[in-house]
Amino acid sequence: MSDVTQALRVVRYTNKAFWRNPANAFFTFAFPLMFLVIFTALFGGDDVCSLGPGNCPPGKLISTSTFYVGAIAAFSIITATYTNLAINVTFTRDMGILKRVRGTPMAASSFMVGRILHAILITVVLVAIVVAFGALFYDAEVPSDTMPAFLLTIAVGAASFSALGLALTAAIPNADASPAIVNASILPLLFLSGIFIPIQDPNAWYVTVAKIFPVYHFAQAMNSAYFSVSGSGLEGGHLLILGLWGLAGVILAAMFFSWEPRR
Amino acid sequence: MANAIVVEDLRKSYGTVEAVRGISFEVPEGQVFAMLGPNGAGKTTTVEICEGFRSRSSGQVSVLGYDPAKRDRGMKARIGIVLQSTGVDIYLTVAETIEFYRRLYANPRPVDEIVQLVGLTEKRNTRVGKLSGGQQRRLDVAVALAGDPELLFLDEPTTGFDPAARRGAWDVIRSLQSLGKTIFLTTHYMDEAQHLADQVAIIAKGEIVAQGAPATLGGRDRAATRLRFRLPANAGELPEPFRARATLVDGGVELTTDDPTGTLHELTGWALQRGVRLDALDVSRPTLEDVYLEITGREAGTE
Repeated sequence: MSDVTQALRVVRYTNKAFWRNPANAFFTFAFPLMFLVIFTALFGGDDVCSLGPGNCPPGKLISTSTFYVGAIAAFSIITATYTNLAINVTFTRDMGILKRVRGTPMAASSFMVGRILHAILITVVLVAIVVAFGALFYDAEVPSDTMPAFLLTIAVGAASFSALGLALTAAIPNADASPAIVNASILPLLFLSGIFIPIQDPNAWYVTVAKIFPVYHFAQAMNSAYFSVSGSGLEGGHLLILGLWGLAGVILAAMFFSWEPRR
Repeated sequence: MANAIVVEDLRKSYGTVEAVRGISFEVPEGQVFAMLGPNGAGKTTTVEICEGFRSRSSGQVSVLGYDPAKRDRGMKARIGIVLQSTGVDIYLTVAETIEFYRRLYANPRPVDEIVQLVGLTEKRNTRVGKLSGGQQRRLDVAVALAGDPELLFLDEPTTGFDPAARRGAWDVIRSLQSLGKTIFLTTHYMDEAQHLADQVAIIAKGEIVAQGAPATLGGRDRAATRLRFRLPANAGELPEPFRARATLVDGGVELTTDDPTGTLHELTGWALQRGVRLDALDVSRPTLEDVYLEITGREAGTE
């Protein structure tokens, strides 16, 4: 069997196991929607500039509730790839599943690619749910002219955050520590990068810090692709920085990824 | 007969600690080879070097003609591995798990045959998470067998088993042996090595301290026979030829002899004549356990 076929089989079996843990499956999909509802309820009254912080040209102001649809779509992608992969792969590693796979003729890359493809599959379903929910309840129009930019942004984001999630596992000593480490690495950025709370003051020091990391650039690219009223909505610069972070993730994962429990 | 595994002067250091200190052995095709030793002796290091999971510091290793350090997929296609602790996805069933792994190989065994071989036929549609510890271990063996390997590595396959489960595992290993598989087994149970292995190597502190067939290991076959009995208080003194050689052990008398038939004849003749009952009379040869404890104890004492 070819390596590609093997990877697709990994997707199939991972998916089978995923749906047999209904509590996990339910919350994977419900979690971002919960956040969407809560954040719009808390902060949904005002308008915010769809182009992000700065002087907002007229016509670019959107309601904060609409803004959150884009932000939570980005958040879903990060959760389904970065968070899920980092936690699940650490768990599989500590269970000895990775080591077992390595003792078989399956290419290690097939296994990893299969896992990433499954995470991306979940991402696509999640984004579709958030977009549909946003169109129904929060006046967030489904991207049409900007659809290519939207899809490209999702693809670059999902790939980059998958790679970063795999790289992070190298820093996680054991499965018990993984939720704490993963959350500590991503939650501050979600707050600082205009995902959970729209950026009010683009000159604040924390925005300068946030600009170093990929979440800010992903949020910007997503926003633009979702809400631009004219143009392609493509944010090449932001996507480039996001992609470079993804590349760094691939390199770090290749160098430090451990197939065996780190005990 | 060709050798499935050849290891020559294998060494492995972790930092300044030398876990394996120049061991050599051969495992002929179709044989069961047991590496017996206490925890921390270097068994797992050795077997994982042969499997390709760990690199070696020096020495030569050949597994089915491959150098395991190169992690060749051709080698992995022909071996089966049961590690000390490996998991499988707990949400898949027994049959699904075996099916997933068997399809990685060119000529896999049918699922039905595998579950039957390891005694999991009735559990084939049970989710892995619902199996007992012993059943999960059997599933480990099942997965290792899925590709119909020529050579099986079993790293402490029965540790933590109750006696009945251990007997069950032995039956599985014997049936694999009868299928002509080569098996490299590590264990710290003497009886396991004695029951299963064609060849045993005792390893202690990273060195092989004795090697051979279980029956002859450590000179067991040539060692003196031991007679033990208790003398009633009114029996009086033992006759002269015995008195000098007897030692008192646990309130009983112990004699060692190279001529058990003659010695026993003289001893019981004397007892019958005097009307003395020799309580708890026992004639034994050193067990593999005695040899093992003597050898590993001697090694431990040299530190």
